[in-house]
Amino acid sequence: MTDVQDHLLSILVRDEPRVLTRITALFGRRGYNIKSLSVGSTEHPGVSRMTIVVSGDRGVVEQAIRQLEKLHDVVRIIDHSLEKYVDRELVLVKVAITPESRVEVRQIAEDFRSRIVDVGRHALTFEVTGDEGKITAFIEQMRPFGILETMRTGRIALTRGSNADIPAHVYHEGETQALQPTLEVQPREERARHVPNLF
Amino acid sequence: MADNGKQHAPHRGDMTGAKALWATLANHGISTVFGYPGGAIMPVYDALTFYPEVRHVLTRHEQGAAHAAEGWAKATGEIGVCMATSGPGATNLVTGLADAMLDSVPLLAITGNVASHLMGTDAFQEADITGITLPITKHNYVVRDVEDLPRIVAEAIRIARSGRPGPVLVDIPKDIQLAAFHGEIPSPHARPEAPAPSPESIERALDLLRSAKKPVIMAGGGSLDASAEITALAHAWDIPVITTLMGLGAFPSSDPLWLGMPGMHGSVAANRAISEADVLLGIGLRFDDRVTGRVSGFAPNAAIIHVELDAAEIGKIIRTHVPVRGDARQAALLLAEGAQPSPRPEWTAQIQEWKGRTVTPETYGAGYAVKAVVDRLRPDDILSSDVGQHQMLAAQLARFEKPRRWINSGGLGTMGFGLPAAIGAGMAEPRVRSVVIAGDGGFQMTAQELATLKMYDVRNVKICIINNSFLGMVRQWQELFHEKRYSEVWLGDSNPDFIKLADAYDVPGYRATTAEELPAAIDAWLSDPKSALLEVVVPHEHGVFPMVPAGAALYEMIETEPVKSPDLSAQMQDAAEEASEA
Ligand SMILES: Cc1ncc(C[n+]2csc(CCOP(=O)(O)OP(=O)(O)O)c2C)c(N)n1
Repeated sequence: MTDVQDHLLSILVRDEPRVLTRITALFGRRGYNIKSLSVGSTEHPGVSRMTIVVSGDRGVVEQAIRQLEKLHDVVRIIDHSLEKYVDRELVLVKVAITPESRVEVRQIAEDFRSRIVDVGRHALTFEVTGDEGKITAFIEQMRPFGILETMRTGRIALTRGSNADIPAHVYHEGETQALQPTLEVQPREERARHVPNLF
Repeated sequence: MADNGKQHAPHRGDMTGAKALWATLANHGISTVFGYPGGAIMPVYDALTFYPEVRHVLTRHEQGAAHAAEGWAKATGEIGVCMATSGPGATNLVTGLADAMLDSVPLLAITGNVASHLMGTDAFQEADITGITLPITKHNYVVRDVEDLPRIVAEAIRIARSGRPGPVLVDIPKDIQLAAFHGEIPSPHARPEAPAPSPESIERALDLLRSAKKPVIMAGGGSLDASAEITALAHAWDIPVITTLMGLGAFPSSDPLWLGMPGMHGSVAANRAISEADVLLGIGLRFDDRVTGRVSGFAPNAAIIHVELDAAEIGKIIRTHVPVRGDARQAALLLAEGAQPSPRPEWTAQIQEWKGRTVTPETYGAGYAVKAVVDRLRPDDILSSDVGQHQMLAAQLARFEKPRRWINSGGLGTMGFGLPAAIGAGMAEPRVRSVVIAGDGGFQMTAQELATLKMYDVRNVKICIINNSFLGMVRQWQELFHEKRYSEVWLGDSNPDFIKLADAYDVPGYRATTAEELPAAIDAWLSDPKSALLEVVVPHEHGVFPMVPAGAALYEMIETEPVKSPDLSAQMQDAAEEASEA
C-alpha cells in the first residue's frame, strides 16, 4: 500500500458542457489526488483529450480508471504506464539576473535548448519543453540564481508508434459532431484495451 | 374554435418540445409519471392534456414523486419516471435521486428550467440542477436545442436501464419546451446484452468452489433478476445462501439453504457463516460497510469470488481472489452447470446449529408487532419499509419467496421513503397488496402522500406505523454508545393522532396497543377494502438484535438484546475505537 506513484492517464472525452467538472468531481469525491491536469481539443471535432497525472498506489489508480469508465462522457482511457509513450510539459520560468550572472544563465538555458521568451532588466523568462526529468533538472540549475516565478502547463502524452489512440472507425463520417452521443462508441472490451484485464 | 383538448399525438411539424417529450415517453411504453407542476414546466403539463395514454400522478411533494417512481421501478424492474419544475421543485427531487443512485434504481427525472437566456443569471426559481445532481446521477443533461430533446430522453432511458441501472436527469429550459420540433420521435433502444463472464474467470471460480469445504453464497440487489439461476446453483453445489438487505427475495426464504441477511443486523447464521467460510461467492453486490462490518475482519478465512456487472465494484472494498465480471444470470448458470456436488456434512450441521439460534420476539414490542404483520402476508404481497428499527426488524423477520417483493431504502437509508414507495409499487401492481411498515418518525416525513392515496383512490396500500414514540434507531445507538443520553429523539408528546390524521384523508385507521388487540386489528386492517392505516403502539425502549456495533467485525456480533449493564456501552465504544484506528 505504500508504493505511491505518479500515473499518467489520457482520458478522451466527449466535448460537452460540464465534462471537466464531471471528471474532476469524480476525482475529488473519491479522494484521488490530481497532480496535474491539461485539456485540449483533438483532431476530431467533439472530442477532447485530457492528460491527468494522478498519484496513488496501483489499486487507487485502477479504481479511478474503472470509476471514470462508467462516465457516459468518457470515450476512452489510456493508462500510459502500460505502454511506451512520449510526454511533454511546457514551463515558463522567470529567473532573476544580475550583470554578473547574465551570461551563465543564458548558457545554461542554451544547454537545455530553452528559449528566452521575455527579457526584463532584472529577469529573463525561459520557455522549456520536455519530459519531467528535463524540466526538473532545468529548474534545479536555475534555482541558485533566484527563480521569481514558474508556470507549468501540466504533462501531455501520446502513445508511441503509429496507432492512433482514437481509431478512425469511432467517428461518424461527414458529421460535424464527431461523436454522436447515440453512437455506441466502442465496446467496453475494446475501450479497455490499455487497462489490465483482470476479468 | 376550441378543440376539446383530448386529441391524439399531433403530427410531425406541429409539435412543441413539450409534446415531443410526451410522445417520446409514450413511445417508450412509459404509462405513469409521478410529478408536481410549476412555472418552469408548465408547457409540459399543458402538453400532457394531449397524451391521455400517459397517466400523471400528482404527489404532494417532489420527494414523494421520486420515491414513488423508485417504488414503481423496484417492484417491476422497469424504469420509474418523475417530474418537477425548476428550482425548489428540482431540489426536492435530490434525495430521491441520491437514493436511486445508491440502490441502482432505473429512474428518469425530468425537470423544467428557466428559459435558456435566463440560465446562469440567478433568475427566479433557477437552480443549477445538473450541477447539483452531478454526483448522484448516472448521467444528466440540459437540453439546449429542441431538436435534441427526444433523442436525449431516449438516450437517458437507455442509460438508466442499461448495465448497472441508475437515475438519469434531463433538464429542459422553458423555451425549449415551447419551441417547435420538426424531427422524428425515436423508438426505444434495444436493451444491450449484459456482458457474459469470461470462460477463464468461470473456470477459476469453479476450481475454487470444487476445493471448498465451507462455501457460502452471498447474493445482493444485483442478483434479483437471477433468482432462478442462483437457486439452481445453490442446489447443484449444496451451498448455503445469504441474501443482503437489497437481495432479499433473490433466494426463497423457505429453502433450507437460506441463512438470512448479513451485516449489522444480520442473522447469527449469516454472520457466522461469513466469518467461518473458506470460499465466499458474492453475486451482484458491492460489499457495503453495513454488510461487511470491519473490513479487515470480513470473511477472514475466505477466498472471495465476486460476480459483478460493474467493474468498479470489484476490488473496491474487499480483496477479490476471483473476479467474474458480467451478468449475474449467465454467471450463475455457468457455475451451476459446472457443479460437482461434494457432501460437507460438518458444514451443513454447523449451519443448522447457527440457524437454530434465530430469535423470535416473544414479548410485545416492535419486533413482536412486525412479526405479527409479516406473518400474515401472502407471497405475492409487496412489502416496503421506511428507515429505522422497524426496517431492520422487517428485513429480519419477513420471508420472501420471490424477488421484487421487498422495497426499502438500503444505500441511502432515507426516512420518508416508505409511504411514497409503497404507493408507487401499489400503483404498478394494483392486483397485489402493497404493505408498508414505517416508524412514527419517518412516516411524518412524507405523511402528506396520504392525499395521493385519496386522490387516485388507490385501494391496495396498507400502512403500518410502529409507534414507539422515539426515533428508535437513533435512541438505540444513544442507549448503547452515548450512555442513554437521549438527545432529541423523543417524539411522544408531539406525535399526531395517526388515526385522526388518516381520517382527514379518508383513509380508514386501526390501532392496537397490546398483544391481545394486535391480531384482530391486523385482520381488520388487511381486509379493509380500501387502503388503510394501522398504528401499533409499542413500548418505548426495544432494541434490534442481533447487532454488530459500527466498526466491529461480523464475528463480534451481539446476538441477543443484552441485559443492560453499565459497562456495555464502554465495551462497544472500545470496539468502535479500535476499529477506527485500524
Ligand atoms: C432523512 C433522514 N434523516 C435522518 C435519518 C437518521 N435516522 C435513521 S433511523 C432514524 C430513526 C427513525 O425513527 P422512526 O421513524 O420512528 O423509526 P424506528 O427506528 O423507531 O423504527 C433516524 C432519525 C435518516 N436515516 N434519514
